[in-house]
Amino acid sequence: MKRLSQFRRHRIVAPLLLVLALLSIGTTFSIAGAATGEPITAAERSALIDEGQRIFLKGCSSCHGINLEGSAIAPALIGVGAASVDFQVGTGRMPVADMSVQIARKDPVYNEKQVEALAVYVASLALGPEIPGEEHLNYERDGSTAEGGELFRTNCAMCHNFAGQGGALTQGKYAPTVMGVKARHIYEVMVTGPQSMPVFSDKTITPEEKLSIIKWIKAAEAEPQLGGASLGRVGPVTEGLLVWTLGLGLLVGVAVWLAMKAR
Amino acid sequence: MTASERIAGTVANYVDERTGAAKWMKKNLTKVFPDHWSFLLGEIALYSFVILLLSGTFLTFWFDPSQREVIYDGSYAPLKGLEMSAAYASTLDISFEIRGGLLMRQIHHWAALIFMAAIVVHLMRVYFTGAFRKPREFNWIIGVGLLTLGIVEGFLGYSLPDDLLSGTGIRIAEAIIQALPVVGSYLAFFTFGGAFPGEAFIPRIYTVHVLLLPGAFLALITVHLMLVWYQKHTQYPGPGRTEKNVVGYPLFPVYMAKAGGFFFIVFGVTAFLGAVASINPIWLYGPYTPGQISAGSQPDWYMGWLDGLVRMAPPLETYLFGRTISWNILIPGLIVPGILFTGMALYPFIESWMTGDKREHHLLDRPRNAPNRTALGVMSLTFMLVALINGGNDIIAITFDLSINQIMWFSRIGIFVLPPLAFVITKRLCLSLQRADRDLVLHGRETGRLVMMPHGEFVEVHEPISPEKAWLLTQHEQNPPLALEEIDLRGVRRPGVLKNKLRARLSKAHAVAIPKVTAEDLKAIENH
Repeated sequence: MKRLSQFRRHRIVAPLLLVLALLSIGTTFSIAGAATGEPITAAERSALIDEGQRIFLKGCSSCHGINLEGSAIAPALIGVGAASVDFQVGTGRMPVADMSVQIARKDPVYNEKQVEALAVYVASLALGPEIPGEEHLNYERDGSTAEGGELFRTNCAMCHNFAGQGGALTQGKYAPTVMGVKARHIYEVMVTGPQSMPVFSDKTITPEEKLSIIKWIKAAEAEPQLGGASLGRVGPVTEGLLVWTLGLGLLVGVAVWLAMKAR
Repeated sequence: MTASERIAGTVANYVDERTGAAKWMKKNLTKVFPDHWSFLLGEIALYSFVILLLSGTFLTFWFDPSQREVIYDGSYAPLKGLEMSAAYASTLDISFEIRGGLLMRQIHHWAALIFMAAIVVHLMRVYFTGAFRKPREFNWIIGVGLLTLGIVEGFLGYSLPDDLLSGTGIRIAEAIIQALPVVGSYLAFFTFGGAFPGEAFIPRIYTVHVLLLPGAFLALITVHLMLVWYQKHTQYPGPGRTEKNVVGYPLFPVYMAKAGGFFFIVFGVTAFLGAVASINPIWLYGPYTPGQISAGSQPDWYMGWLDGLVRMAPPLETYLFGRTISWNILIPGLIVPGILFTGMALYPFIESWMTGDKREHHLLDRPRNAPNRTALGVMSLTFMLVALINGGNDIIAITFDLSINQIMWFSRIGIFVLPPLAFVITKRLCLSLQRADRDLVLHGRETGRLVMMPHGEFVEVHEPISPEKAWLLTQHEQNPPLALEEIDLRGVRRPGVLKNKLRARLSKAHAVAIPKVTAEDLKAIENH
């Protein structure tokens, strides 16, 4: 004990203690932090699967089949993965309200918990693309806006328009706007390629690049209307419309006024 | 004489002794112009042109017309660190670093759209009132030239910033040049100084945009106005207005004040649009790269009809003698516009050939009194409108939940069916309006007052119209069609039988009218 009491005044002690303290805090935090991202326990998981199966049988199986095998009006869901379920149900596209031309985004029918259960259930029968975890979606940290813009213009703008406002496809189909979509859903849509959209695999667009695209979309979403009213950000069509209605309307109105006889 | 009058007199005398301006001013300041709102439409175009010159000069101070690669390091974060041309980077700088730059850019672009729209409505006024007739045919041709140059000038301005939309437009222009048989590829190489996009195009079109075409505009506008001055302005028919006089107000002070004030109003409206509504947000489009394209890439409205024609063309190509001819671009991109604009420029001569009318006209026609001309005009506008709608087919499809294919088929069929239909309907409408005019003169205005006669019959009371109004409704000429007998007076067949037959038929179509009320008609009704 005497040696210890002598050593405790050594000048190396303070830095050493600091390092030890930081180390313990870091370790504790990482263990605690990892614990939340840790896969759920087997019991919890099987409960979720059961819940998912219950929802599926009730809400989805009439079209997609009792065993995900699909039918004449709906595709099989074997191997579509949790990401696909999370996107389709999470954005309200499924269950479908109108099967005419294209399945539209709407308010989700199921809540977050039910969507998770459905996703886990579908993924439990056959593997497919997984839902990206929050730790893989830190686009603010891992993405680059400028690079994302380049990637968006190269890969996405030809359908979704230069500002992500959406565009027309053939036969009444369309590429929807990408504004107001959750980062997780944007990621999933690139991985799963729903409806007319192609799949952008990790070889075509790496996960980091996907985050850059998301970062650019979020920046475009938050961008203030720099030059005044944005007119929908769809290019010269609305500009032409405004000039023929408001612009020329005002000027011709003034011309009529100027040529009126003074009374 | 007050002190200020004395000073003004001294100054005026000083100037007059040295320039002899007094005589010229006295003559010209009192020149009379007729008053009508539709005579101010051309002024809108003129004032927009002045605004374009002023705002454009401002933009040249900072715009760098070069395709040299630079790394963007300005304040617009989403593009920071990207490679782009100096032209695009300097346009970004004008938008975000130069004080008032974005406002000036937007004023310039809005003024361009207003300029073109004003030219079109001015052209419509001149056409539908027959103001292009002798002696004003040259001025009509100059006007068509200004419209054509305006389309080119506007397109070049749209192309200068070298953003993604600009580049897409230039790519289509290149395709149209290449579609010219035999010489197309060579012309494209000359234009771009090599393969697309190259590094020469932006500097070249910059010179054309800021020097050559504005110079041509100034010259043509000057001649246009000098001819108006020399030939005097046309006027609408009315009591006291003849082919030999001009009824209106003097240039000074009435029109000086009106025109001066109108200039500032046009400037104000343009500045208002520039301040509140975004136009051509090039920072959103991104720098041009040939590998990229955006959905909804459109030209400005005055080119939209051309884009619409190209969009509706079926994929026709022939391969002859080792050369591909792309009819799908050649026909809608060059042949149809060529026919349309040539026909438009020659119309005054075509009409005078059809009617055989070689006299001077200073009194304007009411559109209904020239049913054939009015119908032809509405037909052309319908053609343009269908093409323009198809130019925005993708935006229309997504806005109104329609199928782009259906819009395209509507346009493909409509471009052939709707214009003739518009012709027939317009001609009928004109004749109906003539019939209504005739009724009005003969029977007076319907007052809406019903009177019961002693024997129980109800009649509506008609009020006679004023003599001024009756004059307006009956002053127009109604000329019989040309008499073009195949056999002349000496019993010899005229040469050019087919030509004469065609001319006689056209002349007959042009002369169709409801007979206007004559003095005898009125007498007959009085005796009735």
